[in-house]
Amino acid sequence: MSIPLAVETHQLGRVYKIRGNRKEKVIRKELVALENVNLEVQQGELFGLLGPNGAGKTTLIKILTTLLAPTSGWARVAGYDVVTQAAKIRPLINMVSGGESSGYGLLTVRENLWMFAQFYGIPSREANQRIERLIEMVGMSDRLHTKSSDLSTGLRQKMNIVRGFLTDPRVLFLDEPTLGLDVGASRDVRRFIRDWMKEDLTRTIVLTTHYMVEADELCDRVAIINRGRVLACDTPAALKQRLQREAHFEIETGSLNGVNISMVESLPGVRKAVLSGAKGMVRLKFTLAEEAALANVINLFTQQGVKILRLTKQEPTLEDVFVDLVGRSMTEEEEGQNAEA
Amino acid sequence: MNRSALWRSFRLATWLGWQIESNWTDPFLFAIYSIIKPITGAAILVIMYGVITQGRFEDPMFPYLYLGNAFYIYVGSIMTGVSWAVIDDREHYRTLKYVYVAPIHIPLYLLGRGVARFLTGSIAVVITIAAGVLFLSVPLDFSAIQWGLFLPTLLFGVFMLTMMGLLLAGLTLIMARHEFIIGEVTASALYIFSGAAFPLEVLPPWLRPIGFAMPTTYWLELLRRSLVSDVAQAFPTLSILSNAQLLSILIGLGVLFAALGALIFWFCDRLARERGLIDITTHY
Repeated sequence: MSIPLAVETHQLGRVYKIRGNRKEKVIRKELVALENVNLEVQQGELFGLLGPNGAGKTTLIKILTTLLAPTSGWARVAGYDVVTQAAKIRPLINMVSGGESSGYGLLTVRENLWMFAQFYGIPSREANQRIERLIEMVGMSDRLHTKSSDLSTGLRQKMNIVRGFLTDPRVLFLDEPTLGLDVGASRDVRRFIRDWMKEDLTRTIVLTTHYMVEADELCDRVAIINRGRVLACDTPAALKQRLQREAHFEIETGSLNGVNISMVESLPGVRKAVLSGAKGMVRLKFTLAEEAALANVINLFTQQGVKILRLTKQEPTLEDVFVDLVGRSMTEEEEGQNAEA
Repeated sequence: MNRSALWRSFRLATWLGWQIESNWTDPFLFAIYSIIKPITGAAILVIMYGVITQGRFEDPMFPYLYLGNAFYIYVGSIMTGVSWAVIDDREHYRTLKYVYVAPIHIPLYLLGRGVARFLTGSIAVVITIAAGVLFLSVPLDFSAIQWGLFLPTLLFGVFMLTMMGLLLAGLTLIMARHEFIIGEVTASALYIFSGAAFPLEVLPPWLRPIGFAMPTTYWLELLRRSLVSDVAQAFPTLSILSNAQLLSILIGLGVLFAALGALIFWFCDRLARERGLIDITTHY
């Protein structure tokens, strides 16, 4: 008998109907959050959904955790349909959403965790043992008897993460688990996730993130998602391999002296250019069909009197993959979507 | 879902509800608050009655009003106790989605959350009646109480109000922005139309049918009759009906409202999943 896929979706779609302002005579509009999403996540995989805010990642997680009904297609978790067999899915899954301070503030950390463990029918003694072990792993042993309302946002989020792992789910959904955490806490959480996966090779995690490094560092496979559509799905190494035939450079300068993106992109051999920077520093990242085309860029800068402060050749990152697929960076895409909204 | 999961849903929600209800302050202050709150609530009504009737506390109207008002505490506390859990978990604690993802029975979870309000409501009812008997000469003769009528009526009423609370919880699930007031609005409306503080005859004739359609009207009347039978039947509202007739109507309407509660919750729960409303936050 074959092992069922941890997660499987087929032509999955979700459209939100948004009620508009009647006074402005905009009665209804539709927002396509997901469109024809086909995914297969194997048991034991740490699978990442990478995309900007508003890409549809959370909507997908909500559907897979039975909180939201799809409007088209179907999805299965651990072999069960999310709509018709939701009750069979719930004992096998758990979820954690980052960037929020959830939890019953009047209860202590132990009470919060104990109660959720009880929801899953875990015997009290075993629940307490698990709580102590997991709380120690996230470095919160001294906060076990603290009311959760007295915890900082970061510690509350760690408590929330423990809540998700506590029930030892077969499939765990982590929605931006490190959102809002400082660098150290994010590192701790990523280490915790890795250790938990190593403990049992049948465990599966579906993780959403808009942090490239997180997806690259943690995930066995990554699906890049934007505007509700899955654009690519493969291992991080394979995704980056797509760009290996091209050369990626970054130029740092104080001022562009009239040089703009379209001028760079119109040069022979230049495939794509993206501009960023802050506080008097301009960074131009560009992709070349071949390294020889670099001379064209340097010539343009020299002719325009642009002083190059630094020129570096870069190995492709998942950000570059995203730029290659979408045509602009994740930040630009988020800004573009906000402007459209 | 198996029986142990159903029991677990109810038991844990009851525990959680009690923790939330009783742990917001230290036990001494909680005890003081539990005593003072119902007494001050009743005092407002007593003062208003005294001013309007120029102190005619011996009039049968007074125990009618006083007992109706005392038992009406249950209507507000049970109904809003159940529906408020949706607001509390979704908007305040942001845990509703985790509760929904867990393998528990959501209606039983919500009913369990209402138990704490039922318990604090019961304390308030007992204190209010005790204060009436001790200080305001409410004619309550313990040896004359019809316990065989009182206890089943009370228990059936609690069940009925719980299911009406589930109905409100369903509506709360699909509402945004105005869900905070739905419990209070419903409880206030029922206060006017259930004959809690005055006979239905006081209402304009075109409004009276609303009162007659509410099971709470018959419930309060039966509770009053079982406690102070002669006095209660001196009033025009429902006086032509016997206890058995009142009980039949109460059971009929109660079952109807309970079924409506279950049906409307089921429908709203489905709608909330379809619209993605389980984890929306509009306040806090």
